[in-house]
Amino acid sequence: MKEKELVSKRYRKRSQLGDIFHRLRKNKGSMFGLCIIILLLVILILSFFIDYNAVTATDLANRYQGPSLKHPFGTDDMGRDMFLRTLYGTRYSLSIGFGATLLAAIVGVIIGSVSGYYGGLVDDLIMRLTDIISSIPAMLLGMVIVSILGGSVVNLIFAVGICSIQYYIRITRASILAIRGQEYVEAAKVIGMSDLRIIFTQILPNAFSPVIVTFSATIGIAILVSASLSFIGLGVAVPMPEWGALVSSGRNALRTAPFVSTFPGLFIMITVLAFNVLGDGLRDALDPKLKR
Amino acid sequence: MIRYIIKRLLYLIPVILCVSFLIFALMDLTPGTVVDSMIPSDATPEMVEEIYAQYDLDKPMVYRYAKYMLQFVQGDLGKSDISGENILRMYLDRLPNTLLLAVSSLFVAAVLAIPMGIRAARHAGTLTDNLTTVATLVGMSMPSFWLGLLLLFLFSFKLRLFPASGNDGFLSYILPAVCNGLTMMAGTTRQTRAAMLEILHADFLRTARSKGVPEKRVIWKHALGNAMIPILTTLGSNLSSSLAGSVVIESVFAWPGVGRLTAEAIMSRDVKLACGAVIMTTILYVIMQLIVDLAYAFVDPRIKARYIRTRKTRRKAA
Repeated sequence: MKEKELVSKRYRKRSQLGDIFHRLRKNKGSMFGLCIIILLLVILILSFFIDYNAVTATDLANRYQGPSLKHPFGTDDMGRDMFLRTLYGTRYSLSIGFGATLLAAIVGVIIGSVSGYYGGLVDDLIMRLTDIISSIPAMLLGMVIVSILGGSVVNLIFAVGICSIQYYIRITRASILAIRGQEYVEAAKVIGMSDLRIIFTQILPNAFSPVIVTFSATIGIAILVSASLSFIGLGVAVPMPEWGALVSSGRNALRTAPFVSTFPGLFIMITVLAFNVLGDGLRDALDPKLKR
Repeated sequence: MIRYIIKRLLYLIPVILCVSFLIFALMDLTPGTVVDSMIPSDATPEMVEEIYAQYDLDKPMVYRYAKYMLQFVQGDLGKSDISGENILRMYLDRLPNTLLLAVSSLFVAAVLAIPMGIRAARHAGTLTDNLTTVATLVGMSMPSFWLGLLLLFLFSFKLRLFPASGNDGFLSYILPAVCNGLTMMAGTTRQTRAAMLEILHADFLRTARSKGVPEKRVIWKHALGNAMIPILTTLGSNLSSSLAGSVVIESVFAWPGVGRLTAEAIMSRDVKLACGAVIMTTILYVIMQLIVDLAYAFVDPRIKARYIRTRKTRRKAA
């Protein structure tokens, strides 16, 4: 028993997760992305200490004030402090981006594994449906869904999530098709595991790295799409400081007060950039083909 | 090849039917339609029923869909609930603007992205390459509406080079096309770089060089020709998504295209117009994807050969 522990200790110097993180750490870009994301999470947590009244408080005497020490990002058309509003908006963009992607991933992975594992008629039906949904442009589908449900954070998560389900269905199905015929799956069948248990304990853990890569790649897209929807006025409603809506609020005063639109947009860009570079790094770290 | 095109075109029919049904059903769920607002507040239940019957609202949704599609194939998308104009006319009036924007931004993207990607791939690992990588990453992360606003501020408000909105004359095309083109460019540059990197060490390039083919020709004809498929895929998907995603750019530059028409229709709850516009754009989107698929065959003789061969083998089997 003791010997066994020793052996496993020596061989388990690094877990698989640790191994992935080790490779990820070598990638400067993705460490930069990870730092930004952690910073955003800190901002998100700190923003819960911001008084919502301070975020929405109007001060008509100080409209369109340029950036200063008192108002680092200036003030908007109602004299609201853009710095507080932008920081406060972090929660909307992050939660919509993360929530929509998580929703898409959970639903997509389940549908995709059913489709890939069972094959046949079920597979055909699911794939045709996926084809049909993916032939509607994401932005339009998002607009239609938001217009039915109305604009709120939860509805945006739903609308943006539906648009990216197809990626997860396709990618899960493909990796399950590749794994389905392996010996260990057959072995599991032989010892009498149920289909559900085979999918969840045998197949999915081995098909997961493309899903993680897709996750970090689509989170950026989800943030962009939700910000775009809010920008054209079909997302989170105006007094709520969502970044896309904040950029939109500065449009009318672009000539005189460009800073109103600039800072929230900069936040969107940095956030999406962070997720994109992290996604690139994760792809390299998870892809065994690139493993040296 | 022709048989393949016909097959693909026939396959479009069920797709279009299903997509239009989906959109029609979704639009049908929209709360608060114009019909509701037509009912006077003191209407008796009989009057309400009569109005509902007039719009077939007493019948099942499938009936309304069938009726809608029957008119649709005859080119009649009905009249707008608000302005009363012919929806197909409204759409077709706006369509050239959107197509013009999409094609010109594609041109901007292709002309800039392909040379940049090739340069980055040829000098992989150098400063040029790293700068290009950073630039493409930033470009891919930039929200297009924000880029549009920045361009507007810089070029039309500060430098006063281009008009800020509308479409009068050549100058007003430039900013929207550049903005859309720049967002497309990032992905295309990245794809070009990746595709070229894979191919630059191929044996056939060494053969070409040792034959004495000039370096320019090696890169631009031998290498690029073989790296074209993924580049074409990116450009094609950019073209079709800029047809659909034009909503945002058109809204920033007040460009009178179909995207803005759709957004305005959705915002003003003009269900019929929104439904027609979304279905039309989706059909265009699907056709555009088909064209890109077909373009592969022209770029890559291997794919073309595959189509021809499958046809021959099928004939033999029959």
